[in-house]
Amino acid sequence: MNPTMTKKLLLTLLAWGIALIVFFPIFWMVLTGFKTEGEAVATPPSLFFEPTLAGYHEVMARADYLKFALNSIVISFGSTLLALIVAIPSAYSMAFLPTKRTQGTLLWMLSTKMLPPVGVLMPVYLLFRDMGLLDSQLGLTIVYMLMNLPIVVWMLYTFFKDIPKDILEAGRMDGAGTLQEVLYLLLPLTLPGIASTGLLSVILSWNEAFWSLNLTTSDAAPLTAFIASFSSPEGLFWAKLSAASTLAIAPILIFGWMTQKQMVRGLTFGAVK
Amino acid sequence: MIRPHFPTCFLQWGTPMRERTSGRTVGGFRNLFLQGPAVTLLLLWMLVPLGMTLWFSFQRYNLINPMISGFAGWDNYTYLLTDPALWTAMGNTLLLVGWVLAISVIGGTLLAVLFQQEFFGRGIARLLVIAPFFVMPTVGALVWKNMLMHPVNGVFAWLSNLLGLPVIDWFSSMPLTSIIIIVSWQWMPFALLILLTAIQSLDDDQVEAARMDGAGPLAIFWFITLPHLKRAISVVIMIEMIFLLTIFAEIFVTTSGGPGLASTNLAYFIYIRALLDFDVGGASAGGVIAIILANIVAIFLIRTVAKNLET
Repeated sequence: MNPTMTKKLLLTLLAWGIALIVFFPIFWMVLTGFKTEGEAVATPPSLFFEPTLAGYHEVMARADYLKFALNSIVISFGSTLLALIVAIPSAYSMAFLPTKRTQGTLLWMLSTKMLPPVGVLMPVYLLFRDMGLLDSQLGLTIVYMLMNLPIVVWMLYTFFKDIPKDILEAGRMDGAGTLQEVLYLLLPLTLPGIASTGLLSVILSWNEAFWSLNLTTSDAAPLTAFIASFSSPEGLFWAKLSAASTLAIAPILIFGWMTQKQMVRGLTFGAVK
Repeated sequence: MIRPHFPTCFLQWGTPMRERTSGRTVGGFRNLFLQGPAVTLLLLWMLVPLGMTLWFSFQRYNLINPMISGFAGWDNYTYLLTDPALWTAMGNTLLLVGWVLAISVIGGTLLAVLFQQEFFGRGIARLLVIAPFFVMPTVGALVWKNMLMHPVNGVFAWLSNLLGLPVIDWFSSMPLTSIIIIVSWQWMPFALLILLTAIQSLDDDQVEAARMDGAGPLAIFWFITLPHLKRAISVVIMIEMIFLLTIFAEIFVTTSGGPGLASTNLAYFIYIRALLDFDVGGASAGGVIAIILANIVAIFLIRTVAKNLET
């Protein structure tokens, strides 16, 4: 065998070994979801077993699981939609009507992301209590929308920047107003960028756990809070926990894999391309 | 007006308005109108809670005892700063941030180099290795706690038995270490994801030239790859720091800060003050400390990002 081939095989072995170790917890969780509760806690751990959907049936049978899942969906997609609506005009004006203040505004928006949530836990909690927003879908939607707004503006801005101004200018020559310009030219041209921005915002909202644990109790609690309820000692049903967890992370994992390239751009605010 | 087609529009900061075609002098109003909603919302979201936190931190204010009220001066701060629990929490925060940073950045850099090489099934292996970053923190932490680190039924306990090693009761004997392991598992893929992207822009010719001149793989890594990754690494460090300073969910579902204060960090300490002791004043003073800490990091991060915008 030639040396390049040997090197490639060794690299394959090493890289796959590491990848499998890193992925093992997720693999194990998915596997456990198909076991019975008895097999789930068996020692030695059973690798070969008759797969059962009992865990999934039980999770789905708990009427509240669907409620939590629905809360997650409504809150993460709702907040993303709101953030996009507010961010698109803002990113449009920053990209196509730049002024001396644009850079400052962008950086200032970023800086609001740096405020640690725990630093403002008390006021937000009290304001929400007084406004009746505690444990409500609307409350969490607002928080997530504000939490992701800087990243959404930033990402949209970088995507809009890549559109040659001439195209918009041509549209304007043909008599398009600002609204038509955005609706019929800009949005179709940047749809992939807007979609990946939206997905990133959904991922971040879906996985957010500080505000969801502190601002909700039952009515509006999303999946993060539902999973956290398994942490109590009496909630040690591993097969059920695994089934519920698999359902909770599967869509996000797929979104994440799909958008990883754009995600780097968004998460590092364009500092790494 | 003729303009070259290659992207001159990249980051032309501070371009004066006349760059636009004529008749756009009302741009100021248009900008105000278009950016207004986003700016106003963020301004409110930042200033109102920030102002209230500052205000509360100087008040005597307890949610279950309305008898306690009035201006407290620096009392909340002196009480907090002389509380040994705060310093334990600060120490734990530093340990958590420091270790996770070290593990995720060093590990992430090495893995980025490895996963950049050509090997079989690279695409799929890459997907697997970045997966933990997309797993919601409560799921990740509970899977580790129950199925891997459980002292009786966990996979680690079974492995230890198999190898004849003593079984470790992770969360009672080394709670902070356990949390560091879990959080590193989540954040190393983040570092890897960013650094893998950055490493792809490394100039192959430069590496090839160095190899021709007789540079070994280590020398290439040290003198070419690492300097190339410098900025990406600093961005990773700063972003992780901001998130790691206020790690909460992982502690909430695993140890609840215990045993004792062994795994309580600053965020969890404030949470206990706020929502378990209902001490609004004390919690707010703690919040102010957390904000100051985060801002020290944030200034550097924003500076780096700004520098990047100008070049």
